[in-house]
Amino acid sequence: MTATTTAPVATPSVRTTRPPSARLRNWATRAPLLPALIFMIVVTQLPFVATLVISFFDWNSLYPDARHFAGLENYQEVLTDADLRHSVWTTVLLTVAVVLASLVLGLALALLLDRRFKGRGVVRTLLIAPFLVVPVAAALLWKHVLYNPEYGLFNGLLHYVGGPQPDWISNTPLLAVEASLVWQWTPFMMLILLAGLQSRDHEQIEAARVDGASDWQIFRHLTLPHLRRYLELGALLGSIYIVQNFDAVFTITSGGLGTANLPYTVYQSFYQAHENGLASAAGVLVVIGSIIIATFALRVVSSLFREEVSRA
Amino acid sequence: MSAVAVRRPSRRKGTGLGLVAWLLGIVFFLPIAWMALTSFHSEQDAATNPPSFAASLTLDGYREFFGAGGGASPWPALINSAVASLVSTLFVLVLALPAAYALSIRRVRKWTDVLFFFLSTKMLPAVAGLLPLYLFAKNTGMLDNIWLLVVLYTSMNLPIAVWMMQSFLAEIPVAVIEAARVDGAQLPTVLTRVVAPIALPGIAATALICFIFSWNELLFARVLTGVVAETAPVFLTGFITSQGLFLAKVCAASLVISLPVLAAGFAAQDKLVQGLSLGAVK
Repeated sequence: MTATTTAPVATPSVRTTRPPSARLRNWATRAPLLPALIFMIVVTQLPFVATLVISFFDWNSLYPDARHFAGLENYQEVLTDADLRHSVWTTVLLTVAVVLASLVLGLALALLLDRRFKGRGVVRTLLIAPFLVVPVAAALLWKHVLYNPEYGLFNGLLHYVGGPQPDWISNTPLLAVEASLVWQWTPFMMLILLAGLQSRDHEQIEAARVDGASDWQIFRHLTLPHLRRYLELGALLGSIYIVQNFDAVFTITSGGLGTANLPYTVYQSFYQAHENGLASAAGVLVVIGSIIIATFALRVVSSLFREEVSRA
Repeated sequence: MSAVAVRRPSRRKGTGLGLVAWLLGIVFFLPIAWMALTSFHSEQDAATNPPSFAASLTLDGYREFFGAGGGASPWPALINSAVASLVSTLFVLVLALPAAYALSIRRVRKWTDVLFFFLSTKMLPAVAGLLPLYLFAKNTGMLDNIWLLVVLYTSMNLPIAVWMMQSFLAEIPVAVIEAARVDGAQLPTVLTRVVAPIALPGIAATALICFIFSWNELLFARVLTGVVAETAPVFLTGFITSQGLFLAKVCAASLVISLPVLAAGFAAQDKLVQGLSLGAVK
């Protein structure tokens, strides 16, 4: 890339050394930021603080008069509740399985699409389509049109080869949800990895080929190290979205058959059981889990970002 | 691109792998194709095993979806979704553009900290604030009000928009802007004549992504709306327990409601990648 050889344009340090009289101007510089910043703090941070406060109360909205401060009782209950612990496990299983499977499939598809062949644009469009179906619609499609044991497409196709006619959602509920999510998220991974592949240094690859390197050697020693950051980025962004998944669980199984993940459980405990305190405590625990993932995510994004800035 | 020269020796293998790619593309697209075909079948033909590929085509599924059979009309939900998505996208642009301008072209002090604050809010799960928002809406009479969704969708998409536009605006060389100012151009002129033409495709891509996320959103809409402000995804949840009798209708509904996103996404595939990876991947 030639960008590395260009001289750095105006670095931040140059712009921050101002004469003392420029304090007003300094504020004028920051002013455009403030509406967005204040809006975000009010709409996202305040509700979370409220959730945190509610999580310390024993509060069922059907019995509003019995509301009282409960300290850490809700957390204790959440952490010892068998259903809730199961939903933590479900969330982990769902996220890890979907992210890994869609990442591996996405990598394979990206490598295929990085080559030139007839109709590459069409294939790319076909592959992106699952990502562009509204999530609830995609979940309905899998639940009714593909999985249905009587008239679903899967059993319809199995019928032609004389195979068994399983009831997919009843037999393997979590796998059923995961398969639909892998189908939706593989294109996302493919898109990111394809962008990574296309930003490779082709001269370096050419040089390696001239030196007699095999396809596998080039993949193993040039392509894969280059893709590492893109794989990390895809995995972490995918994790953030899939940890929070609600649509597929809600639509395909309604949280039944052991598929309730944390977001669904939180939704259920206040929307159906009206347990505000418990729901909030569970919500806070989801946040703590997300913060752990997000710390890694931010590190990856910031390293990519710093690279971008230093190149600019 | 030099890549062509590099790959020439393996052309024969390339066509073989091309076929594999075609096959996988078709496998991934098959559910959608099948959904489209089923939506044009009669309910009887849709619910057969083995599936009927050659059944006669009809628009009954679509007629049913649009309320011809006496069911609820989807139009209010579609209009709510359009309002929530388009207006929140507009709000996002109004808030994000100045912020991105300050962060990329002006580069205020600690600008990376501010950027990362925006991104971190995106990692706060929706359920973390759902209950207080619900209680707030209930106590202020905002429940089942589309404008509450507009505000929430704005907050949902604003961080992504600030990141994306920051990265698009950062591509504008500072020298170009300074040259214009030296030539005597005032700030409004610089913004409209220099910054806007370069940044416009990026702004369009940002708007597209915000629109898609708002259009798809289910959790907030499900909890905070009811009869009046119901959005298209909430309307779709009405089909969750429906049995085979409505298969064609379910397919028609899913396709019609996905259509805006499919159209927008196909139109801007490359920009979609860049936006979804928050501008980190070019």
